[in-house]
Amino acid sequence: MAQIRIQNLRKDFGAFTAVKSSTFTIEDGEFFMLLGPSGCGKTTTLRMMAGLELPTSGEIFIDGEEVAQKRASQRDIAFVFQMFALYPHLTVGGNIGYPLRSQGMSRTETRNRVTEVARILGIETMLDRPVGGLSGGDRQRVALGRAIVRQPKAFFMDEPLGALDAEFREHMAEELRALHDRMGATTVYVTHDQLEAMQMGDKIVVMNHGVVEQFGRPQEIYDWPATLFVAGFIGSPAMNVLPFEGMVGIGATSVNLGGHTFGMPELREGAAGALVLGIRPEHVALDDASSLRGEVLATEYLGTTQIITVRTAFGAVKLRLPSGRAVATGGQVGLGLDPRRITLFDAATGQALRSAANEKVLSHG
Amino acid sequence: MSYSVTEPSARQKWIAGILVALYAVITILPLVWIIATGFKTPSDSIAYPPKVVFQPTLEGYVNLFTTRTRQTPEYMAEHPPQTWAERIVAKYDMTIVGPSRFGARFLNSVIIGFGSTFLSVFLGTLAAYAFSRFKVPLKDDLMFFILSTRMMPPIAVAIPIFLMYRTLGLSDTHLGMILLYTAVNLSLSVWLLKGFIDEIPVEYEEAALIDGYTRFQAFRKVVLPQAATGIASTAIFCLIFAWNEYAFAVLLTSGEAQTAPPFIPTIIGVGGQDWPAVAAGATLFLLPVMVFTILLRKHLLRGITFGAVRK
Repeated sequence: MAQIRIQNLRKDFGAFTAVKSSTFTIEDGEFFMLLGPSGCGKTTTLRMMAGLELPTSGEIFIDGEEVAQKRASQRDIAFVFQMFALYPHLTVGGNIGYPLRSQGMSRTETRNRVTEVARILGIETMLDRPVGGLSGGDRQRVALGRAIVRQPKAFFMDEPLGALDAEFREHMAEELRALHDRMGATTVYVTHDQLEAMQMGDKIVVMNHGVVEQFGRPQEIYDWPATLFVAGFIGSPAMNVLPFEGMVGIGATSVNLGGHTFGMPELREGAAGALVLGIRPEHVALDDASSLRGEVLATEYLGTTQIITVRTAFGAVKLRLPSGRAVATGGQVGLGLDPRRITLFDAATGQALRSAANEKVLSHG
Repeated sequence: MSYSVTEPSARQKWIAGILVALYAVITILPLVWIIATGFKTPSDSIAYPPKVVFQPTLEGYVNLFTTRTRQTPEYMAEHPPQTWAERIVAKYDMTIVGPSRFGARFLNSVIIGFGSTFLSVFLGTLAAYAFSRFKVPLKDDLMFFILSTRMMPPIAVAIPIFLMYRTLGLSDTHLGMILLYTAVNLSLSVWLLKGFIDEIPVEYEEAALIDGYTRFQAFRKVVLPQAATGIASTAIFCLIFAWNEYAFAVLLTSGEAQTAPPFIPTIIGVGGQDWPAVAAGATLFLLPVMVFTILLRKHLLRGITFGAVRK
């Protein structure tokens, strides 16, 4: 069990900087997600935490101990690889018991621990089988078994469900989360799938181009993205972004988009020039009284809800409506924006402007 | 014209079977001839037409392993042959005066062949692992440089090597021959093994590193078992080369470290054209590589087709 603290972590591969300067803290017992598109540095960050890569600079504290330059084996952590990395020349039991034997544990005690872990994972009948013939899910269970058998301080998982079929993934995700809740060990989990991150994580770090974009609880990140990247990356469909030229001042409670005025949370900072208004599709409503109008381009049926795409002067805007409501493609509609849910971004820096609604979330970004 | 991807018909199987059998006969015939000649008497061995059915004798093998001298009939009468080998040579009024040099030459072949194979594979595995896993400066250039040593026939550098070896005192030594064959085989071994090690996912070692092993332990306990196939097939290729090599052996060895290939032809000159003894020597010489290859044939097959199919 451990708290993990990352301080100004940086990794260069020659001229390429994979991780620029990451700082965040993972509390004891958290299920922590490192989320971002491929190449964003999330896996490199995890590998540095595990000791598989040495950081160019920066510090990693596990339980208050600085381990950045220590060997992987000295960090007392377990790693679950995407491709499972089961030793093909060993049986299921041999694979699970492997880390114990490397610590010099006796044969009988190893056997007992392996059996116990196999029971937790529901693979106790497979212990004597070679790993070659196992299904993807069972392989991943064996890999998990090898990780938990050592009772390490923390679990690091690099897209552990990436190699499984979509159908089975969901099941394994639940299993993983349940396992974590039962054991309560700190878990760091790398994924590029924002749904997976939202579904499983206690906290999420969103990374892009080696930079931490935002850090917080899933709901905070979803509701109050700190940057335009996060706004576009999280959510399906993503947050609507309406670019406009304008000016807002500190204390403003409304914003003027080329003649259309919308109420918004009170701003704590001002900006001028190229700005972007961000709002989630579920916070846009059909409103005939609104001056912001457009033509319905498409409707997309999603079961209980539907996504309506409307062409406006600021680009396409998506709305999420209950699917019972009939909307005709090609018709003209007015759009109302929920004033409590608007985020403004500075287009030049990509950063969200602080407002009464998001300042608490942004303060620990 | 149509191509069939279904099960071949009985007729097609028959034709394929006959072709394979024919090919097998053509390849195996010289081998059978050599093995048979080893068990013939000198007169049977040169009989024309060749004798397929003959009275087998160990004369060739006795001659191969012994030195003999001709005696007068009186001497033969006084000293009747004691052992079966002596009885065989007594037919020609000869007695055995000592062992021949074949045993020593054969042992040289074993020492040099297996020694250089071990060294090639040992160094090759370490080098291949380093090239496969670590950031080596100028990696591509170094790999090409290693490969380039294969781009000429080794014998092209015979004269410089001959002079170097004479100066260094490596001529006609076991060490010299082991080093030479290792140098020739190393490029093959590095390239072949790098291919095999590249195929082993690096996660295995990383898992082992996290499980508490050092880099070297991870290499020994995780990489080596998985590279066993590659190591075995590389070892066969190296052994076959070192075992069969003739040109350098003739050039650089004459006594102490002479291997079997240059020695076997010299048997002909000892006491007439003793073809059965030559054939016996060749037969025995074939055995180790044959046994080694049969033992490791599964790996060999995998080694030959290695890289041909993407998984």
